[in-house]
Amino acid sequence: MSFSEQLSTLFATYDVLGAFWTNVQLTFWAAIGSFVLGSVLALMRISPVPSLRWAGTAYVHLIRNTPLTILMTLAILGVWTQFQLSLATSFEWNFFIYAAIVLAIYHAAFVCEAIRSGVNTVPVGQAEAARAIGLSFMPTARYVIFPQALRGSITPLGNTLIALAKNTTVATVASVAEASGMMKSMIEFNSDLIFMIFFVFAMGFVIIVVPIGLLTTWASRKLAVKR
Amino acid sequence: MNFSQLKGKALAAVALAATGVLALSGCGSSSDGESIRIGIKYDQPGLGYQDGRDYTGFDTDVARYVAKELGYSEDQIEWVEAPSANRENMLVNGQVDMIFATYSISESRLKTVDFAGPYFYAGQDLLVQQENTDITGPDSLAGKNLCSVTGSTSAKKIQDKYSSTVQLVQQNSYSDCVVALNAGMVDAVTTDDIILAGLGATRANQGELKLVGNTFTEERYGIGLPKGSDQCADINAAINKMVETGAWEEAVEKNVGASGYVYNAELNPPVLDSACATVPAQ
Repeated sequence: MSFSEQLSTLFATYDVLGAFWTNVQLTFWAAIGSFVLGSVLALMRISPVPSLRWAGTAYVHLIRNTPLTILMTLAILGVWTQFQLSLATSFEWNFFIYAAIVLAIYHAAFVCEAIRSGVNTVPVGQAEAARAIGLSFMPTARYVIFPQALRGSITPLGNTLIALAKNTTVATVASVAEASGMMKSMIEFNSDLIFMIFFVFAMGFVIIVVPIGLLTTWASRKLAVKR
Repeated sequence: MNFSQLKGKALAAVALAATGVLALSGCGSSSDGESIRIGIKYDQPGLGYQDGRDYTGFDTDVARYVAKELGYSEDQIEWVEAPSANRENMLVNGQVDMIFATYSISESRLKTVDFAGPYFYAGQDLLVQQENTDITGPDSLAGKNLCSVTGSTSAKKIQDKYSSTVQLVQQNSYSDCVVALNAGMVDAVTTDDIILAGLGATRANQGELKLVGNTFTEERYGIGLPKGSDQCADINAAINKMVETGAWEEAVEKNVGASGYVYNAELNPPVLDSACATVPAQ
């Protein structure tokens, strides 16, 4: 079979775009979730309250050093199977939500560290000046530190987003019908087209990830704080 | 460079790697002190299972018998794990000499590998909890929750042919499915009957789970061989001998009998001629 025949066979038999769309959706929701959670964690880690700092540090070290596959398996075989906690009546949604939550929890640790690295780019004088005009911790963080820190952490945040986009393939462990699961079925049913199958999925991820990289590079230049 | 050239180069690289492996291990099909590398599953109780340093299961017993008939003693067998998705590649690349791993003979696989056998006729069935009575076959699954392995033939078949209202969980292994079945989160686990029987025959599940016994597909387990192999006749003769001497029956009973499983007696045990397996015209 020629290149184009193989390609059309695969696309005619399998909903390849639908599978990749699931990955994109997972990336989207998990990115929002991990950004919110990661920001809170970063805030905790730079706060003046020791117990909050301790809790934030503990979270980051615990989650960052646990393999994502294990967290995903724990959520499905542990929480869903043993504690019988369903997040939606339809299986499809239940597993999607589980996967998105686990991805958010996992990547929040990396987002937290990315933002903290951004905080370190803000000169200490900025915080001192904010305190000098009478702002307490939260307003200082909200109006002075974070706006500058986020602009300084766009590149590491972009890296985390790229990692997240590719890590969505682990959701197959949580029974989400996404690209890597479809790749398994393709190899099962069309083992003679194995080179083509790898090519299609490698290209799929390149198409998803390259724009993220270009966008973050552009944004990090455009939004950089000029000092 | 177009794709076929690229593919050619990739194949050449693979072939080169394979030659390297052959040169290192000095492997051949002769039986004078050489070892034979047999690909099996490591994670399927009752069929191919790594139990400490031992390998147990029906597939491994058939493999031992065939190897013995081909002139290899038990300690000349080198077991290699052959996960489902890698089986064709392992044969093409020469990483294994033959594969006994619940390997169904199919048209797309016959394009890249050869099959001896079949040594067993399996069929897709359902595994349910012992007290379950409302699941009697694929037609009684509407609205039920079903578990199978990601990318497997079984899951797709149910959704396509029988019930689109079935909710499907896809796990990494059938053992994970059994965990969900025991916890009551799914109503049934589906795959080939003998695989389910192997799961049901483990000590923890005996008396807890049962097979529905209403098979609705036909899977022919073959012995995967590199394309153009000349071993089909010898292997098929070994399988025939295994059936005639009763060793085949004994192996089924020993490995999966504890689940109460009865194989499809219309098709089993197989009677083979000397040719390699083909896909019958539909």
